[in-house]
Amino acid sequence: MDQFTLNLLFVGASFALYIGIAIWARAGSTSEFYAAGRGVHPVTNGMATAADWMSAASFISMAGLIAFTGYDNSSFLMGWTGGYVLLALLLAPYLRKFGKFTVSEFIGDRFYSKTARMVAVICLLVASITYVIGQMQGVGIAFGRFLEIDAFWGLLIGACVVFAYAVFGGMKGVTYTQVAQYCVLITAYTIPAVFISLQLTGNPIPALGLFGSTESGEPLLAKLNQIVTDLGFAEYTAAHGSTINMVLFTLSLMIGTAGLPHVIMRFFTVPRVSDARWSAGWTLVFIALLYLTAPAVGAMARLNISELMWPNGTQGEAVSVEQIETDPEYAWMATWQKTGLLGWEDKNGDGKIQYYNDANADLQARAAENGWEGNELTNFNRDILVLANPEIASLPGWVIGLVAAGGLAAALSTAAGLLLAISSAVSHDLLKGQLTPNMSEKSELLAARISMAAAIVVAVLLGLNPPGFAAQTVALAFGLAAASIFPALMMGIFSTRINNVGAVAGMLAGLVVTLLYIFLHKGWFFIPDTNTFTDADPLLGPIKSTSFGAIGAAVNFAVAYVVSGMTKETPQEIKDLVESVRVPRGAGTAVEGH
Amino acid sequence: MSQNNNAYWQANVRLILISLVIWAVVSFGFGIILRPLLSGIAVGGTDLGFWFAQQGSILVFLVLIFFYAWRMNKLDHEHGVDEE
Repeated sequence: MDQFTLNLLFVGASFALYIGIAIWARAGSTSEFYAAGRGVHPVTNGMATAADWMSAASFISMAGLIAFTGYDNSSFLMGWTGGYVLLALLLAPYLRKFGKFTVSEFIGDRFYSKTARMVAVICLLVASITYVIGQMQGVGIAFGRFLEIDAFWGLLIGACVVFAYAVFGGMKGVTYTQVAQYCVLITAYTIPAVFISLQLTGNPIPALGLFGSTESGEPLLAKLNQIVTDLGFAEYTAAHGSTINMVLFTLSLMIGTAGLPHVIMRFFTVPRVSDARWSAGWTLVFIALLYLTAPAVGAMARLNISELMWPNGTQGEAVSVEQIETDPEYAWMATWQKTGLLGWEDKNGDGKIQYYNDANADLQARAAENGWEGNELTNFNRDILVLANPEIASLPGWVIGLVAAGGLAAALSTAAGLLLAISSAVSHDLLKGQLTPNMSEKSELLAARISMAAAIVVAVLLGLNPPGFAAQTVALAFGLAAASIFPALMMGIFSTRINNVGAVAGMLAGLVVTLLYIFLHKGWFFIPDTNTFTDADPLLGPIKSTSFGAIGAAVNFAVAYVVSGMTKETPQEIKDLVESVRVPRGAGTAVEGH
Repeated sequence: MSQNNNAYWQANVRLILISLVIWAVVSFGFGIILRPLLSGIAVGGTDLGFWFAQQGSILVFLVLIFFYAWRMNKLDHEHGVDEE
C-alpha cells in the first residue's frame, strides 16, 4: 500500500469516528447545544478541553518554531501552560458559580450593562476569528500534504470540512468527539517522538531524551549546539532575543489563555464549583503530555534535518541533488515540495545543496572558499516540521498516516470549539440578548449555524495572507484576548469597585491599542505592505506585536480603574452578586440568560 | 459580607498570591530573567534555566493547580461554604 492510500485510510477512519460520535450525541435543545447539560466529569471535561485547546498551533506549528529558534521560543511552552494557573485560580470556579452559559453574559450582568455585554461580544469575536485564521492555516497545510496538493487548495478543502463538521452538533457532540480527538492527537504526537528519541538517545521517553545523551555519550543538546553553530546558526540553547520581549510575550500568552472564551466556556459545563478547580488541573495534565514532548520533537527534528543535509558531517560535503531525488531517505523532500512549503535550489550548480546561514560572516568566508552562492535550502516552512518529522526520521508509513490524522484532529477540534464560541456570541448574546429577544429556540440554532459559516468565510479570506506561521497568528489572537476579556473578568470577580463605565472603557482601550499595534506591524487586516513598522524593528523598543497583549491588558486595568474612580459607584445589588460569586455554596446548575 | 465569608475570601486571596508568586518565579524568574544566575547548574548538555523554560515550569504549574484545588476544597469545608 502506498503512503497516499495509507494517509487517506488513517484520516478517513478518524473522521468516521468523530462524525459517528457527533451523530450519536447530537444536540437537541439550546442548552445542550451550548453546554452539554452539565453532566461532564472533570477528567472527561479536562481531556475534551485539552483537545479543544491544543490546536494546529500546538500540534502542527509549535515544535517547528522551537526547532528553528531554540530557547527563545520557550515562551510558547510556558505561556500556553502557565495560563491555566491563572484560569484555575482567578476565573474558573467563580464563573462556574455564576452559572450562565457565556462569558459575555457574565460581563453583562456583573457590569449591569448591555453595552458591556456587547463590547465583550466584539472582543470575543475579534480574538476568536483571529484564532480561526491560525487553525485554517494548519488545516490547509495538513490537507495540502496528505492530498499532495498546494496549501491554498488544502485551505479551501479544509474550510469545507471544518464547516460540515462544526454544524453537526453543539457542545455535547463536541465534548465526546473531542475526547476521541484527544486520544488520536496525543497518540499521533507521541509515537513518532518515542521512535525518534529511541533512535537518537536510546531513551523511550522523549521529554527525558531531550536532556539525554547520544550514542557517542555526548549530550543531545550539546551536539545540536555544535552542529547548528557550525552551520552559522544561533546556538540552540542560548538566549538571543530581548529579555523584556520574551517576558511580555510569555505573559501575553498566559493571560490570553485565561481570556479565551472557548476555553472558559468549558468550565461552565462541570457539575460543581470544586469540579471547576479540578478540571483546570486535569486539562493541564493532558496538555502537559504534549507540551513536555514538544521541545524534544523540535530539538531532535532540527538535529535530524541538519544531519540529513550534511550526511558527511558539517565539515564534509553537503548532500547531493541526486541523492535527494533518488535516496528513499529523502523522499519526504519531494512530497513536501508539492505543497510549496519546502524548496531547494542548486544556486552554484555544483550538484549539491548547501544548507547554512548565509548571513553569518564565518560561513560567508567558508562559502567564498568553496564557491557557494548562498543557502540552497531556500524554503523550509516551520509549520511543516511536525507533519514531516516521521518521514524525516524514516519511520514506517503508518506513523506518517497517524500524524496526518492527529494534526487534523488538533486543528478540527479547536476550530469547532471556536466556531461554537463565535456562534453562541452572535446568536445568544447579540441576537437573543440584544436585538431580537423573542427569538424562538429554532431560529436561535439556525442563527448559530449561519454565523459559523460566516466566521469560516472571514477566516479563509484573512487566512490567504496569514500574518505569520500558524502559531504566530494564534499568538496574536491570544494577545487580543489578553488585552480585552481577561482583565474585565478578573476585575469583575476581585474588585467591587470597577463599575459599568470603567469596564467598558477598559475593554475598549485594551482591544483598540492592541489591535492598532498589531495592524501597524502586520498590516491592516493582515494585507501585505500596509504595515508601518516591522517586528524586526518595532515601534516600542524591543516589543513585538505578538508580545503587546500584556501591555494591552495593563492599559485595560489602568483605564478601568481610573474611569471607575471618576464615575458612579457600583450599586449594592451588584456588590452582593460579586460576593455570592466568591463562595461556592449555593451553586445551582447554570441557567439560560436573557 | 458576613464575617465568615470575609475570612474565607481573605484566606483564598492569600493562597492565590502565594501560588502566583511561585508561578512567576519558576517561569519568568528561573526560565527567563534569573537564567544567567542558574547557568552554573548543568542539566543534560545545557543549564537549569533552559530546563525550567522548556519543562520545569510546566511541572510546577501542574502541582500548583492541584494544590490550590485541594487546599480550596478543604477551605470551603472549614468555612462551611462548600456545596452541599
